[in-house]
Amino acid sequence: MLRDWILVILVLAITVVGGLFAIPGNIAKKINLPVPEQFEKPFKLGLDLQGGTHLLYEADLSGIKKADWEESANGLRDVIERRVNLFGVQEPVVQTEQTSKGYRLIVELAGIDDPAEAIKEIGKTPFLEFREEMSDAEKKKILNMLPPEQIEETIKQVEKQTGKKVKKEDVVDYLPLYTPTELTGKYLKSAKVDFSENTFEPYISLEFNAEGAKLFRDLTKKNKGKTLAIYIDNQMISSPTVQEEISGGKAQITGQFTIEEAKELARNLSAGALPVPIKLISQQTVGPSLGKVSIEKSVNAGVIGFLLVILFMILFYRLSGIFASFSLLFYGVLILSLFKLIPVTLTLAGIAGFVLSLGMAVDANVLVFERLKEELKEKESFDLAINNAFSRAWTAVRDGNITTLITCLILFLVSSGFVQGFALVLGIGVLVSMFSAMIITKLYIKTFSNTKLGKLEKLWTR
Amino acid sequence: MNIVKYSKFYFIFSGLLILTSVIFLFAWGFKLGVDFTGGSLLELKFIQKEPKISELRKEINSVLGTDFTLQESGEKGIILRAKNITEEEHQEIIDTLGGKDEVIEERFEMVGSVVGKELRRSTMIALILALFFITIYVASAFRKVSKPIPSWQYAIAALIALFHDILITCGAFALFGKFLGIEVNIPFVAALLTILGYSINDTIVIFDRLREHIVREDETFGNIVNISIKETFARSLFTSITTLLPLFAILFFGGETLFPFVLALIIGIFFGTYSSIFIAPPVLYSWIRLKEKRSS
Repeated sequence: MLRDWILVILVLAITVVGGLFAIPGNIAKKINLPVPEQFEKPFKLGLDLQGGTHLLYEADLSGIKKADWEESANGLRDVIERRVNLFGVQEPVVQTEQTSKGYRLIVELAGIDDPAEAIKEIGKTPFLEFREEMSDAEKKKILNMLPPEQIEETIKQVEKQTGKKVKKEDVVDYLPLYTPTELTGKYLKSAKVDFSENTFEPYISLEFNAEGAKLFRDLTKKNKGKTLAIYIDNQMISSPTVQEEISGGKAQITGQFTIEEAKELARNLSAGALPVPIKLISQQTVGPSLGKVSIEKSVNAGVIGFLLVILFMILFYRLSGIFASFSLLFYGVLILSLFKLIPVTLTLAGIAGFVLSLGMAVDANVLVFERLKEELKEKESFDLAINNAFSRAWTAVRDGNITTLITCLILFLVSSGFVQGFALVLGIGVLVSMFSAMIITKLYIKTFSNTKLGKLEKLWTR
Repeated sequence: MNIVKYSKFYFIFSGLLILTSVIFLFAWGFKLGVDFTGGSLLELKFIQKEPKISELRKEINSVLGTDFTLQESGEKGIILRAKNITEEEHQEIIDTLGGKDEVIEERFEMVGSVVGKELRRSTMIALILALFFITIYVASAFRKVSKPIPSWQYAIAALIALFHDILITCGAFALFGKFLGIEVNIPFVAALLTILGYSINDTIVIFDRLREHIVREDETFGNIVNISIKETFARSLFTSITTLLPLFAILFFGGETLFPFVLALIIGIFFGTYSSIFIAPPVLYSWIRLKEKRSS
């Protein structure tokens, strides 16, 4: 018996702690509980809830041998990925998808202000450029223009990387501040992968045309002893220090490349463009305000739905209903926590799936309680009736839920996007609800039926 | 409670509903959404002025020609549909209507016709797969009960109930499409599949009780069916209510986007509950009667 009480208290504790973790807006922070930083973890919201754009491109592989399709598609993905990273989008998605006729590229940008600009940028050819260091005076100037939070952020980062304390004035030394030069991929004649004779590490050797060679010579002359940064798609790839003036128009890009990365970079550079042309064939954009309204409304609906279910259960099953409600609460908290921890990308459909699952989660309890009523009619002892109700309702609960799980699995495997989110949420819901309805409710009911409450059989069910 | 006695009445009622649904489906079909047909949808909200549809029509006309439809949505909102708006035209329309200072873009969807076609195919595959596996599951769940009817007949009876629910839901949406302009899109398919699972779930609980009684008792089959329905009646009703309650909450408070999806679920689950009591067990019963008559 003591064991049961400990379990009950444990489950209640999990419900409370999980609730603080799972409920959006973080109640713990609001009522000034001293919660650690990790405690706050936002839901991962889908494009339809936070606003954003979903782009589908068809890769035109007609000019490429079938054997090289996969490689080209991967090259394409990497180029686009680099570009997409420039938009400052949190966790952008860039995926290739194989179809019967070729390859497609999926790009998802969440919470983006200007999808039109993004679409334009994505279609561009890769951009190689050399940049030279700014003078210290220029760096200081820029530092003064930065907002203090950003400087602090930078200091934190630098300290983390170097392990040293950094003063505000010294931040400039760590800031990679470069200014563009005239030398760009426009002057590139070829790019190929070579290997260092000593370390066997791959690097990319570039060859400029005559005009580029001259620009490069001037640049190296001017920046002797300083670093020269190589940017691709506005991202610094490496920043070697210039040892001496280089004429002849040959440069190297070294960095922490794997052979594959180096190959791909060289290939993209010498192609001077995306490895294959792409065409936008589908686009879905949701504005941030629409998403916000959707969240508010569906959260409202969820709360109302939850309360209605609880009300119903208590009205029709009295004490048993109260315990079922507690276990439904446990269920809700557990599911929401799982969504945060796994994490599941929540879409509008996912929320609908969750709300629906609140209703379905008590299905098993309804089955058990109806059974309990019958068992009690047989004049069994209360204890035995409870045990029988749970064990005899099990086959129906199992069979019923398996069909739902089958549909969820098929929905998840065959579909994508909206439907997939719905299926995942509903599927997790069904699994967890079996646990909460059969194990947790039983725990509550068994434990409390051993108290004085157990003597009042009439209170337990209608 | 004598359900089987009035079997004919339920069959006629459901038969009429199914017939009407099939007629609706053949006459009107679905109003397919952009995801299936390919095409574009642009939803805009004006920040300041109330939009005048006739004026907007002229402005959009200058970009797209005449091949588009325009309707109001809520206050200050419009929805524009057209066969295929390219990204350039999309930007041009927004500029024409006053640019980002005048309008907020709530939603833009552009689906290539190839993508739409593929989606139609993959949804068909999903539906067929789901039906297939559910049939197998039901047949195997009842494999141990073969008296007085073989287990596959349980599966067939459950499937008949299932088609009943799906057809009526589809018929309702053909009707809604025709008169309310409600479109059938991917979420609708998700709803259908969920109904599929739910409907079977509901029927199985009753059949589960049936199989319990068949093994134990020496009643006539008709009585066993009646007893089983009676004993599971409250639970069938209550589980449906607890499922419908949150769905109604979404229907009334959940916003427009989810409305058709939830509506489909509500209709399907309602009829799923009905058919699990009034169609599936009577079908099983009538089947036995038919066999008995033939053998005598």
